Amino acid sequence: MKRIDGREPLELRDVEMKVGVIKNADGSGMVRFGKSQAIAAVYGPKELHPRHLQKFDRAVLRCVYSMAPFCTTERVKPGPSRRSTEISKVTRLALEPAIFLEEYPMTTIDVYILITQADAGTRTVGINAASLALADAGISMHDLVCAVAAGKINNEYVIDLNSEEEKITACDLPIAYMPMEKKITLIQMDGLLPKKDVENVIKVAINGCKALYEMQKKALKEKFVEDTIE
Amino acid sequence: MKKDIVKSRKFVIPGQKIVESIEYLPGKNCYREGNAIYSKRVGIVYVKDHVINVVPLSGIYIPERGDMVIGEIIDIQPSGWVVNINSSYSAFLPLGGIRQFVDPIKTDMASIYNIGEFIYTKVSIINTLKVAYLTMREQGTKKLVGGRIVKISPVKIPRVIGKNASMISMIKEKTECKIIVGKNGIIWIDGKNVSSVINVLKLIEEKSHISGLTEIVSKILEKEVKK
Repeated sequence: MKRIDGREPLELRDVEMKVGVIKNADGSGMVRFGKSQAIAAVYGPKELHPRHLQKFDRAVLRCVYSMAPFCTTERVKPGPSRRSTEISKVTRLALEPAIFLEEYPMTTIDVYILITQADAGTRTVGINAASLALADAGISMHDLVCAVAAGKINNEYVIDLNSEEEKITACDLPIAYMPMEKKITLIQMDGLLPKKDVENVIKVAINGCKALYEMQKKALKEKFVEDTIE
Repeated sequence: MKKDIVKSRKFVIPGQKIVESIEYLPGKNCYREGNAIYSKRVGIVYVKDHVINVVPLSGIYIPERGDMVIGEIIDIQPSGWVVNINSSYSAFLPLGGIRQFVDPIKTDMASIYNIGEFIYTKVSIINTLKVAYLTMREQGTKKLVGGRIVKISPVKIPRVIGKNASMISMIKEKTECKIIVGKNGIIWIDGKNVSSVINVLKLIEEKSHISGLTEIVSKILEKEVKK
């Protein structure tokens, strides 16, 4: 079965990844899945003010997810909303296990994610971009974090849904996954599905994450590998 | 059992397995889990005496004991000076860290080091909370008067210095400038051809991966200095 946009069921949209797109940031990354695009910038580790927020034994990770006003067909009101606050939080929880926070006590690491174009799956695109940006910033990490959504359409498992498919799918299940550690750091689900199907959808999504890991690796190599030749 | 041999100069990303063997020890920027050693950062592997180190290719400066750094005085306190050393933690220069004896009640501490002034100093100790304590009692440390300050990425500093200080001594020789390089990415320059030095430093930062950079830089300097 071909999907609405002519893809195979387990095929990702056309993926583009770039590292080091923002010069002023300590680390930055851009990820595009089809028509969904996100830019992430990392600042830090730096001193955290006000000082009562500092943790004496670890760094504080702060994530901000925001959508550009022009990212969808209808204008998005700038500023934090109920939805963006929630996504900021799940992004933080998805990234926290990957970072050696205890190496940077009393500091903060700021991650800013801006969605410049939205066509479903923006939180997963944002997590991928943030993972690249953190690695680019030279922050000690256990692993890169890859994220992709999966679902079930017409009794077939599909990954990386676009906005048209999101309306007809039985469920939308975004996953963030650390491929080398083999740990899931984010799992959410919309819709109803039998227990057995959920397990299969998770498996399908994890395979997608493994493919994305290779792409992230390639993107990092593209920026840095020149340094190894000397 | 066949021994795993680690190749030096291999490019690694966070979480990548470097070797699965208990023959090796994890050094800087890598960690052990089970039998394997993994990298923590984007960098290049170096092996020396069965210790694996990852030399990072990006990131900010984290102070280490014994580093010679350039810092800016940002605050004066009764017990010393707070110094910005371009890191995630500000450093502290205590009264005991300077050469002369100072009684803070009788003398104005700003007359020794005022806010906004730059010093070339050494990291003497780092405490549990990662605050660096500085000292001005070591050889080579001094207050930097005049000149200009340039900031570059701290991971590119070894390239600016070069092998056996070949690059920096060549620049000094060609331009007749006084140059002091801090390990934290701050460079102080004073002399006639300051602008050509700054141009060259930016070139080194941009094209640090090119081999034979010393010769390229020397050619550029010859042209510029003649003018």
